[in-house]
Amino acid sequence: MKALGILIASLTALRRNVMRSGLTTLGIVIGVGAVIAMMEIGNGSSSAIQKTIATMGANTLMIFPGAAASGGVSFGAGTTMTLTPADSDAILNECPSVRATAPVIRTRNAPIIFGNKNWVPNEIIGTTPDFLNVREWPIAEGAAFEDRDVRNASRVCLIGQSLARELFAGQSPVGQEVRLQNVALRIVGVLKKKGASMMGQDQDDILVAPWTTIKFRISGGTTANVSAVATAAGTSTVTARGQLYPGSAQGIYPARSAIQTKNSPMPVRMITVDQIRVSATSAAETQNAITEITTLLHERHHLAEGEDDDFSIRDLAEIAKALSSTTVMMTNLLLVVAMISLIVGGVGIMNIMLVSVTERTREIGLRMAVGARGSDILLQFLTESVMLCLAGGAMGILLGRGTSYLVSKILHWPTLPSLGAIIASVVVSASVGIIFGYYPAWKASRLDPIEALRYE
Amino acid sequence: MNLIELRDIRKTFFLGEVVLPVLKGISLNIAKGEMVALTGASGSGKSTLMNTLGCLDRPSSGDYMLDGLEVSRLSNDARALMRNRKMGFVFQNFNLLARATAQAQVMMPLLYSRSHISTKVAKERAQAMLMRVGLANRMDHHPSQLSGGQQQRVALARALINHPPFLLADEPTGNLDSQTTREVLALFKELNEQDGITILLVTHDPKVAASCKRVIRMADGLIEADQITSDCQP
Repeated sequence: MKALGILIASLTALRRNVMRSGLTTLGIVIGVGAVIAMMEIGNGSSSAIQKTIATMGANTLMIFPGAAASGGVSFGAGTTMTLTPADSDAILNECPSVRATAPVIRTRNAPIIFGNKNWVPNEIIGTTPDFLNVREWPIAEGAAFEDRDVRNASRVCLIGQSLARELFAGQSPVGQEVRLQNVALRIVGVLKKKGASMMGQDQDDILVAPWTTIKFRISGGTTANVSAVATAAGTSTVTARGQLYPGSAQGIYPARSAIQTKNSPMPVRMITVDQIRVSATSAAETQNAITEITTLLHERHHLAEGEDDDFSIRDLAEIAKALSSTTVMMTNLLLVVAMISLIVGGVGIMNIMLVSVTERTREIGLRMAVGARGSDILLQFLTESVMLCLAGGAMGILLGRGTSYLVSKILHWPTLPSLGAIIASVVVSASVGIIFGYYPAWKASRLDPIEALRYE
Repeated sequence: MNLIELRDIRKTFFLGEVVLPVLKGISLNIAKGEMVALTGASGSGKSTLMNTLGCLDRPSSGDYMLDGLEVSRLSNDARALMRNRKMGFVFQNFNLLARATAQAQVMMPLLYSRSHISTKVAKERAQAMLMRVGLANRMDHHPSQLSGGQQQRVALARALINHPPFLLADEPTGNLDSQTTREVLALFKELNEQDGITILLVTHDPKVAASCKRVIRMADGLIEADQITSDCQP
């Protein structure tokens, strides 16, 4: 009876002057509406940026070989070749924070030729099928090449949407053969569209082939390399490669005899890759993954305690953090503005509540005469201002949601509904009601019933 | 048995430098079931005495026993409870809430009674009380839809909702014409005689005062006369 009675009394009092109550809450409505709209727009752009980074592989790490130094001159990252495909496998097997790894070999951009068309793609990448897993890049048509293709250095490849469009203009590329530096590659699949990268690069303008194919057939290697991969992979199928392309195997020196080979074996070069792509189990785990990989590679590369890394790890999450922190700053800035308007709204509430207390002095006196304590009066006026603010908050939430809806529909800005902002607005508007309603309510509760009853 | 016992009640106001004694030692007994008129010229102190009797104000000195309880030195909250439980107020200008129905007006004091009363019970009690004052068919009317006499009856029902033993009426007929004055006074008398409610009527009107068995006249902060008349007018 009591709580309900106070609620009904407050509602009755507010209904007495609907216009005034409405205008009073306008400040809160605008304030809360601004908070909601800002939060939703801010969240939207922040998640849009995160999505962009996610298409690049949000939890991706890139491991590059370290810098070579000679006579005090450092030649910069990637000038030594220290990473091997075995490193890639070891990272996957031994680092618990790592979900997938893929060695990457890049080659000089060269035209891809199909029929009478040719096109130089942005990237020609040699890797393992796990690359697609690391980049979270599904296949649109056909299928990915397999580990077997990597072992065999098979002449197969996957192409991106842009390349497919340029060379095949509508017809299905799967099963067709393209030529890259006189090597015919059969297209086994087409990658799904990924769009531009954050740097504005077309990510779909790409050709992906097994790294062995790129390294040994296309980048131009020696038989030594091939025999090395044959040893490494334990197959001998590719040793016949020299017969396929006699030109490239033709040395300037005469062929060595079996005895010569025995006497001075060609050094088996370590097979290196240009980079290793690593995908951590989640974006939050990237830091752990970095630590684990660093420790592992130190061991594998026999680096002494305190010796410089012969590799470097780049972390896309850092870019993501930098970008989303600017969004966070913008959101905070707008929140401050919204808070100021809430305070202005609160002052409006206080003003009107003071007027209301003065107007209703006799009513307060009467309530006291029939037995209301000061605290009852305080509670009633506080309830009124809180309800005023909550009503304003509710309308503000609608206004804010409406605004963000319009913004996303008309301006095509990304927005994201934020439950947190809605809860925060309700809490904040109730607090505004209590804080700014307290003084008028306290004033009402301190009235002298005799004076109040006599008030004209 | 006395419902009200006043012993040497004094009330002095301090207006800056000026010391203004309003009640200068009032001793008074009112028995249960009495109907008393309190008259006196303006400034005689009858309003202050009424405020003191109504627990709206504390006397500067003196003792006030209400229904066997010393109330002159109670805290604000305790006096609020006294006002809620022990007395009802009726005012000259009715003091009704402009936007509330008659039933809501009558229910209002129950909101502040410290005992738990369900809304349903409160409604029933309000309806019974409105019926008692003869407004059974005016439950959902707003004050603007009621005549002066009806408004005063609503106020009376509101004053009696908590079944107080004591009813304080401050010029209850001051805003009414002579016909409704007679009706309201008859209602007071009926409540006094049938329900045994002790009534104190503060009035200027000698005719209204004459309707009470006992008339107390105040002058200059003191009781000037306290007469009991047997032949009171209806």
